Amino acid sequence: MTASPLFDAAMIETILLTLRLAGITTVVLLLVGTPLAWWLARGGGLWKEIVATVVALPIVLPPTVLGFYLLIAMGPHSPLTALLGRQLSFTFTGLVLGSVIYSLPFVVNPIRNAFEAMGPRPMEAAATLRAAPLDAFVSVALPLASPGIMTGAILGFAHTVGEFGVVLMIGGGIPGRTKVLSVTIFDYVETLQWPKAHVLAGGMLAMSFVVILAMMLIERRLNGGRR
Amino acid sequence: MIEAEFRGQLGSFALAAEFTAPGEGITALFGPSGCGKTTVLRAIAGLLRLPASRLSVNGETWQDGRQFRPTHRRAIGYVFQEASLFPHLSVRANLTFGLSRVKGPIRIGEDEVADLLGIAPLFDRPTRMLSGGERQRVAIGRALLSQPELLLMDEPLSALDRFSKDEILPYLERLHAALSIPVLYVSHDIAEVERLADTLVLMETGRVRAAGPLAEMLADPALPLIHMPQPAAVIDGEVVGRDTKYGLSEVRVPGGVVVVPGDLGPTGRTRRLRIPASDVSLGRHAPLDTTILNALPARIEGAEPAGGHQMTVRLRLGPDGRGAALLARVSLKSWDRLALKPGELVVARLKAVALAEPAPSAALAPPAAAARLR
Repeated sequence: MTASPLFDAAMIETILLTLRLAGITTVVLLLVGTPLAWWLARGGGLWKEIVATVVALPIVLPPTVLGFYLLIAMGPHSPLTALLGRQLSFTFTGLVLGSVIYSLPFVVNPIRNAFEAMGPRPMEAAATLRAAPLDAFVSVALPLASPGIMTGAILGFAHTVGEFGVVLMIGGGIPGRTKVLSVTIFDYVETLQWPKAHVLAGGMLAMSFVVILAMMLIERRLNGGRR
Repeated sequence: MIEAEFRGQLGSFALAAEFTAPGEGITALFGPSGCGKTTVLRAIAGLLRLPASRLSVNGETWQDGRQFRPTHRRAIGYVFQEASLFPHLSVRANLTFGLSRVKGPIRIGEDEVADLLGIAPLFDRPTRMLSGGERQRVAIGRALLSQPELLLMDEPLSALDRFSKDEILPYLERLHAALSIPVLYVSHDIAEVERLADTLVLMETGRVRAAGPLAEMLADPALPLIHMPQPAAVIDGEVVGRDTKYGLSEVRVPGGVVVVPGDLGPTGRTRRLRIPASDVSLGRHAPLDTTILNALPARIEGAEPAGGHQMTVRLRLGPDGRGAALLARVSLKSWDRLALKPGELVVARLKAVALAEPAPSAALAPPAAAARLR
């Protein structure tokens, strides 16, 4: 086997693709997850518990199970494909959709907790001060829940970067389109390119450390600063 | 004029409260804990939606069977038990939160509110650096700046310690004197009510037991207030003279003139006196030689047994018995010995007369610009 450089174009492509996937997924997660978390945080009812359970499912489901169903849903004979007029499996868009569903609980839970910890009072105070519901949500609820939203965003990003099973099932590993970091590491190991696997795995380890540290610091600010 | 009728079932609690309150002054919603005072206040704010209810404020219908105006479109100011300031905003941004969203004319501005509540030095502080009393003053200022037609206060002092309460009460009295917005003030503390309220709405287990002027309600034999352990009369009077040599002020009240220790301010000023029933004794004749300064003619209206071999005697000041209501706590033995009867003219001796509020301190001069709304 000939020695290859530690970094090559394919590796850079993989890293950029992964960051693009995680970035877009995080934005979509925040846009979908924040209103969903707000709805779940306010009041109870069986309906909300059922929705909350569905949202939480990816935490316990084996990624291959979720990936399998997503693959079928995005496949050639599914109603979704008929509706969209095109197949999402083995495409970047399909990966984004799968990642959003897979990482949703990791974004919704911290945001929902932040909204619940806030209690009803700030929104009531805002209403008595002439703020219409949407105005109050933007100018009071969002800023007060910002540490939770931050935590959700970081978790969602990191979780998307780290996913393996779902991407492999619905994305395969098409270079430049669906071949992300975790799949690439798997490939390197399979083909005995351990030095390259080391570079990517070490990078992931460092990133995960930074992510957890950042979350701890945010949490400490949340508990210490505000009252 | 506030006309309210709220009906609803909240769990096992049935609310059926109906009252009208004047369009000025402070109306206290008073009653024991759990009687529904806060529920009524929240319903008035629209924070609680009770379908079978009516509310109109100054002739404008805010809700009835068909319509319901949401909270943010009701011209109210709401002061919660806890200040509930927005922790992510500065004091100044908290104050202007409502102000910046007002669409109508601005009748009371930041400077006036800062002046009335003494909060100008706090403007640029983060809210977490404020004391409990300061937080509540900022909350009151924030509510006032939202240009309310009706100010709702839900036990604004109950979460504060004694020291902070004493810090805030004078400011509330100042608001009362300077503003003409009607205030609905929820309280279960009769001392606060005696100091602040003009009108009393007495609540019991989800119903309004009675409503009317405070001074009349305190002396009404049909109501429980007169049967409290320490009943007192509250009388509003006008300062008519000062005796600087002896450090006394004369206050004209309906049916007489009362001498009060201390300088109560310039002639013409309205002050509220609180006269505990236990500080009033009765006689058939004016005392000849006594250290008591106040001996006023009054007519007996009636008397209620007060327990412990005592009577609470209801009186009206003035020889014609048409003046202010006064209460006297006398022993059953004296009551029988003097053979006093309703309708009789007696001399009421006031052992002590105190202002309902403490004398104004130097730090709290009258507001430079008295804000007048409407």
